Amino acid sequence: MSVLVYTENWDGKFKKLSFELVSYAKQIADRSGTTVTALSIGAVDEAELKKLGNYGADKVLSATDERLNVLINKAYASVIAEAAENEGAQVIIFANNFTGKALSPRVSVKLKAGIASGVNAVPSSYDPFTVSKKVFTGKAFANVVIKSDKKILTLFQNSVEIAETGGDAAVEVFSPALNDADFATKVLDVNKITGKVLLSDADVVVSGGRGMKNADNWAPLEELAAELGAALACSRPVSDEGWRPHEEHVGQTGKIIAPNLYFAMGISGAIQHLGGVSSSKCIVAVNTDKDAPIFESADYGIVGDVQKVLPELITAIREMKAS
Amino acid sequence: MKILVCISNVPDTTTKIRFTDNNTAFDATGVQWIINPWDELALTRALELKEASGEAIEKITVINVGPQTTEPTIRKALAIGADDAVRIDAVPEDAYAVASNLSSYLKDNPYDIILCGIDSSDYNGSLVGGMLAEFLDLPSVSSVSKLDIDGGDIKLNREIDGGSEVLSTVVPFVAIVQKGIAFEPRIPSMRGIMMARKKPLNVVPSGGEAALTEFVSYDLPPAKSACKMVDAENVKELVDLLHNEAKAI
Ligand SMILES: Cc1cc2nc3c(=O)[nH]c(=O)nc-3n(C[C@H](O)[C@H](O)[C@H](O)COP(=O)(O)OP(=O)(O)OC[C@H]3O[C@@H](n4cnc5c(N)ncnc54)[C@H](O)[C@@H]3O)c2cc1C
Ligand SMILES: Nc1ncnc2c1ncn2[C@@H]1O[C@H](COP(=O)(O)O)[C@@H](O)[C@H]1O
Repeated sequence: MSVLVYTENWDGKFKKLSFELVSYAKQIADRSGTTVTALSIGAVDEAELKKLGNYGADKVLSATDERLNVLINKAYASVIAEAAENEGAQVIIFANNFTGKALSPRVSVKLKAGIASGVNAVPSSYDPFTVSKKVFTGKAFANVVIKSDKKILTLFQNSVEIAETGGDAAVEVFSPALNDADFATKVLDVNKITGKVLLSDADVVVSGGRGMKNADNWAPLEELAAELGAALACSRPVSDEGWRPHEEHVGQTGKIIAPNLYFAMGISGAIQHLGGVSSSKCIVAVNTDKDAPIFESADYGIVGDVQKVLPELITAIREMKAS
Repeated sequence: MKILVCISNVPDTTTKIRFTDNNTAFDATGVQWIINPWDELALTRALELKEASGEAIEKITVINVGPQTTEPTIRKALAIGADDAVRIDAVPEDAYAVASNLSSYLKDNPYDIILCGIDSSDYNGSLVGGMLAEFLDLPSVSSVSKLDIDGGDIKLNREIDGGSEVLSTVVPFVAIVQKGIAFEPRIPSMRGIMMARKKPLNVVPSGGEAALTEFVSYDLPPAKSACKMVDAENVKELVDLLHNEAKAI
């Protein structure tokens, strides 16, 4: 018995999300009286793998075959299922990110393990195994019972606390059986976003809507984001107009995020927009229209012109930091 | 070549979500049902590919696992331009049961390209496409934002966490699509609506495995406390509140 957690790496490094996943796995393992095995696929050095011990991993399996340097869904799913079987894993945990969404359903079918995807808390009951997940794009939560013996959970970002245990993990080389037929898909080219905070990693997000008026007005938003170490986001019309790149679009048909702080600048607060941001811990809205629906979902609001408020906000933050 | 588009039938994105029976069931009273937005875009892209292909793509089929009440949504997909439709007559209990049903039909009725959306806007599973690929032992490419057929070669772009990639794959395969796959969804024309009535909608019996999960109850998010308004002339106060009260900066 064990809890298996798939810990993805980014150019050989783990990040906050990886530690969140291991912390979450640890809480479930403790309740079930079992241990945590983390599985890493791709080249990650020993010191980095060892870090997972500090969040509760008892063992880290490292699969480093060169063919696994890029994500091939079919091959990765085989590797994860093999590890799960070797470890006798009863619960398997993924992130609810692009990678987790790509792999977890395949592993589910291989192991006949029921999935609750996008869970936001530890199970509320272990018998029956019941866990809460977001449904209707953040408008509600469902309590899902997983009836199969093996269970898969994909964890929604930023929904559990990271806990350092001071533990030490044993690192083991894992050499899975690879099947040529699983590599029919080929990655021809990779474009990594560099030099900016990724939306999926950000604690603070600065977002602009059509109220920003045009692409040239984004400089103060960028300045605010830089000041706060924040990622930039936008509403759908803004990315449709080409004012901002598509990967910044948040909402029902864009990215769904849950930062600690979200600035909605010149965004009306349409229901499809809120679907992507309503799980933010704190929302600040600036809008010229006092009746804009965004104020119903915001924690703090200013009725005013973004062009005027933004520079003052940046100055006030600088002063606060300096004092 | 034949393309299959899997469509789920979901409440309109502006629906106010309510539950009944002591919060154990979704309240469908007065709800407008639509084609899941991603599936509408997938269908749009399939039509674009077919039109550009000359004769190479002979048919686009839409498929849904659902009870008879989903037929208006399926007819809408036919009105948009799908050639025919299949409804597998089963209540979609969970993603596993849906994917299993789809796969048991597809084992005898193969398609070259199978398109699914990245998630259904009701239960936000993000599961059916990947499960279906595994049931059929096919390659899957997920979070696809671009799909092209160049001669016989399949080229895809997918978004990854922190960038994007260009991929090739072989038919048959499953593509799980998202933003970018098509720009605006096509809407049915008058002629499309007329023609849709005559297009085949084949109903086939359920033939899949049972669900592995059950949605037992629902909760609405706790009511939000009122927004604290700060005067536009006093932006500094907002920063104080964010720092001292919300402890967010
Ligand atoms: C199926 C479907 C899916 C969708 N998915 C998404 C999605 O994922 N994400 C998304 O964002 N939208 C989505 N939409 C679109 C959504 O319905 C709204 O149209 C959109 O969110 C509006 O964007 P906006 O708030 O930037 O623009 P608007 O609604 O035009 O609002 C602009 C706001 O700026 C304010 N303003 C104007 N000037 C100023 C100024 N100088 N200073 C301050 N405020 C000012 C205005 O008062 C207004 O409130 C979707 C729609 C559909 C039908
Ligand atoms: N009942 C269904 N019938 C056919 N296809 C479905 C059904 N449910 C989901 N799908 C497909 O799977 C995708 C992802 O759905 P889900 O896994 O439910 O989030 C959808 O965009 C559809 O393409």
